[in-house]
Amino acid sequence: MTAAAIPGPARRALSRRLAQGRAVPLAVVLAVLLVVWYAAAVWLNAPQAGEQLDRAGTPWTTADLVVRSWAMERPVLPAPHQIGAELYESVLNRPIDSRRSLVYHAQVTLSATLAGFGFGVALGILLAIGIVHLRTLDRSLMPWIIASQTIPILAIAPMVVVVLGNLGFTGLLPKALISGYLSFFPVTIGMVKGLRSPDPLQLDLMRTYSARPMHVFAKLRWPASVGFLFPSLKVAIALALVGAIVAELPTGAQAGLGARLLTGSYYGQTVQIWAALFMASFLAMLAVGAVGLAERALVRFRGGRL
Amino acid sequence: MTIAQASRTATPTAAAETRPPVVDARGLTLVYQTADAPVTALSDINLTIRKGDFVSLIGPSGCGKTTLMRVVADLEKPTGGSVTVNGKTPEQARLDRSYGYVFQAPALYPWRSIERNVTLPLEIMGMAKAERQDRARRYLDLVGLGGFARKFPWQLSGGMQQRASIARAMSFEPDLLLMDEPFGALDEITRDKLNLHLVRLWAQTGMTVVFVTHSIPEAVFLSSRIVVMSPRPGRIMEVIESGLPRDRDLDVRETPEFLDVAHRVRVALRTGHSYD
Repeated sequence: MTAAAIPGPARRALSRRLAQGRAVPLAVVLAVLLVVWYAAAVWLNAPQAGEQLDRAGTPWTTADLVVRSWAMERPVLPAPHQIGAELYESVLNRPIDSRRSLVYHAQVTLSATLAGFGFGVALGILLAIGIVHLRTLDRSLMPWIIASQTIPILAIAPMVVVVLGNLGFTGLLPKALISGYLSFFPVTIGMVKGLRSPDPLQLDLMRTYSARPMHVFAKLRWPASVGFLFPSLKVAIALALVGAIVAELPTGAQAGLGARLLTGSYYGQTVQIWAALFMASFLAMLAVGAVGLAERALVRFRGGRL
Repeated sequence: MTIAQASRTATPTAAAETRPPVVDARGLTLVYQTADAPVTALSDINLTIRKGDFVSLIGPSGCGKTTLMRVVADLEKPTGGSVTVNGKTPEQARLDRSYGYVFQAPALYPWRSIERNVTLPLEIMGMAKAERQDRARRYLDLVGLGGFARKFPWQLSGGMQQRASIARAMSFEPDLLLMDEPFGALDEITRDKLNLHLVRLWAQTGMTVVFVTHSIPEAVFLSSRIVVMSPRPGRIMEVIESGLPRDRDLDVRETPEFLDVAHRVRVALRTGHSYD
């Protein structure tokens, strides 16, 4: 027996860790999701699957229907294992520089995302610095910044792409602009709050040193705002990815996850669409995770607290 | 310099008038304009603090003791009268970095280690790195935090944090230390210890200290002069000279001299209250 091979206390420690950790709850949620998904796949694909079985002419049972609805070529809702197979196929079994490789498309989208993120963060921080230090900017810019986010990105993205395309800018730049447009906002909001976070006492202290505004910024406002910056960065990078994908939709772009979604929907390739979606969420997790790692490194540098 | 030497070299009270004034307030008045009625925070304050004095400002809440100190530090502007610090306007004195200010809370920057908190003013003043670290080490040793340079503020107790903030205020060696109820939030045992620490620092360095408190024993224990203030409007009731020796110990609080000074402070405070 394997259980007997593990000494008692270690087994108890393991079960305690499992009970306290997040692994078990996450696995339960995943299992429930999978069950619901398979059930939904049967429910949504059954009419089509039934037709196909009828056309074949041979008598069929409910079991046949269920199996068929999980293995359609163009299902309404593909079963999870179909998406898994497509992901495996398009990520691992194709050359990375091929248009049929999902890694290729992911890399195109990721570079636009990172460029847009960099642009958005720089813009967001600059705006926040301006807003915190200049009363006029505070009163004149803030309403516009908030209004900018009420415009649906789907409406403005094609216009940006078309206008820039006419000016001769294609490829990365229009996509980066759109994803920067989405990602600067949380950075501005977070940084304005962060740069204003020093309490009156901390500011008075700077005054007693007759510190110049440059010093107040570099030694007080900026370090105080870093704790507010990271949550904003996590939101911003996820938004930057959404921006890059949305920017790939209307351009007739040949590459990128957005283009992959679009071609999938042209040809009714639902499995391909879902695989691209999973790739996108994997990218988002990767990007947010990277920001989280940077945050952790800084926390360690600051002695355990941000 | 040891404490004993410091007390021998200390200027005797009789010669006090020959010492140059560090803070000199004449008819100082500060009126806040509020929505309903103007509030007189300070009314006709006349006070001279001389070099080497340890002056406590004592009085109930709202008597303007903190405001008076903030005026000296150029954190508030008076609306009438005049005040000089080292013979200069408070603003010029602030620009010349003539004073160190210790607030009610330690106000340490949480992202800086204790050492880097102490070197903060030195960085702003443009001191070289080696000297900054040297100063930080010296003043952290002086307040008994020698082994805590690399710790972060949240890893220290409240009393230790306040000591770090005192080291920070002293690190650039101002000749005037302004302390605004620095031990108000601490328990009595820690407070006793820090009071003893402070009085020794004062005896060692010969600096001028202005200290705001609302504790009578604290004021009497620490000070060479006690300024009793009264609220509404904030004004000085009485200035009490204390003849206690410079190198005092906590035991001094049991002596008749101490109790006598404490009594006089208490009477002056009561007189102030009778106006209410």
